[in-house]
Amino acid sequence: MSISYISEILPSLFQGAGLTLQLFFWTLIGSLPLGIVVSLGLTSKIKPLRWLLDLYVWLMRGTPLLLQLIFVFYGLPLVGIVFQRYDAAIFAFILNYGAYFAEIFRGGLQSIDNGQYESAQVLRLSYWQTIRKIVIPQVVKIVLPSVGNEVINLVKDSSLVYVIGLGDLLRAGNVATSRDVTLVPYILVGAIYLLLVGVCTYVLHKVEQRYSYYQ
Amino acid sequence: MLEIKNLKKSFGSRVILDNVNVTIKDQEVLSIVGPSGAGKTTLLRCITGLEQADSGEFTIDGKSFDPNATDTSESVIGVVFQDFNLFPHLSVMDNIILAPTMVLKQSKQVATADAKKLLDQLGLIGKGDLYPYQLSGGQKQRVAIARALAMKPKILCYDEPTSALDPNLRKEVERLISGLKQDGMTQLVVTHDMDFARNIADDILEVSSLDKLNQTAD
Repeated sequence: MSISYISEILPSLFQGAGLTLQLFFWTLIGSLPLGIVVSLGLTSKIKPLRWLLDLYVWLMRGTPLLLQLIFVFYGLPLVGIVFQRYDAAIFAFILNYGAYFAEIFRGGLQSIDNGQYESAQVLRLSYWQTIRKIVIPQVVKIVLPSVGNEVINLVKDSSLVYVIGLGDLLRAGNVATSRDVTLVPYILVGAIYLLLVGVCTYVLHKVEQRYSYYQ
Repeated sequence: MLEIKNLKKSFGSRVILDNVNVTIKDQEVLSIVGPSGAGKTTLLRCITGLEQADSGEFTIDGKSFDPNATDTSESVIGVVFQDFNLFPHLSVMDNIILAPTMVLKQSKQVATADAKKLLDQLGLIGKGDLYPYQLSGGQKQRVAIARALAMKPKILCYDEPTSALDPNLRKEVERLISGLKQDGMTQLVVTHDMDFARNIADDILEVSSLDKLNQTAD
């Protein structure tokens, strides 16, 4: 495991890691708000809306993410919806993670005591004021550990994009390994994933601390 | 003066309130007493708009009003819940000024100044930066009162104000309610504690069983 070999393949690995990170951030930016909106729908009183969203969650959680990637990239063009590889990956990831987040948030929403809503109502706060100022801040604290799990999963799930031909971190390692017949690239790939997850864990811990100001 | 006439409420086929009449005079304290299950909490929930009455007329100072309407500019009813239902993620100060700033569109300075006065008045000087979990039961109740008063309601309602507190705090609650009465607050107190009701109330409404409702002067 020579230093010169490592410095030779690191740039390509970092390039792959760059794509992994981009995918990671865009997925979070899209799927967290999607999860919030869907969870509000899942707890609403409108039955047809609930059925529709239950179907969505069932589909997304009931089929492998790998299969969903394949469907979005190779299947949707058959009905006239064409995505670039990168966009297809982000689209599929947002839909998939949005469903998981929605279920996590639903649990959080249902754990908010009804008295909180009644207090808000007699103080004449509107529905959205109540959601924004009373409910979401409390739900965030409750769901943080579960969301953290998903966030860490996402770092590693992003490696699935190889199936539609995108060059992420793991694929960069794959290429180097099969070319040079050595496991060194894989060791480096593992180390980079560990580093990324380490950073995520640290940030999540800090966020959890920030919300520990009450009980 | 708040007047309620012919209030009816049933859940399914179970009639809870049948032709109930309630009158609360300005600056007086009305107690609604009765055993649990008699419907006094349901009556309070209808008055506060948390439950929709099946029928009945609500008038305040001769003008009719709808407790369920949320878009009115005036606050008619303030509520102090049995478990207080403070917002745990907000400081005492933010609990109090949230609705005045969001609903009444008061500026933060005005709302904060008003809230400070309320905290002083209720013996909570310097507690504005604490969070609800740092308060005792009695303090939480006074924060809940301050939060309700900040919306400047015409009538302040309490649901079982003694039941979540130590029994020896009962006298303190009595003093609190009489103090607010002296400041001119009209109050409605739901309680199962007859002695407590006698000590605070100008008027007592007994909800004994369904169709036997007597409002007697005390």
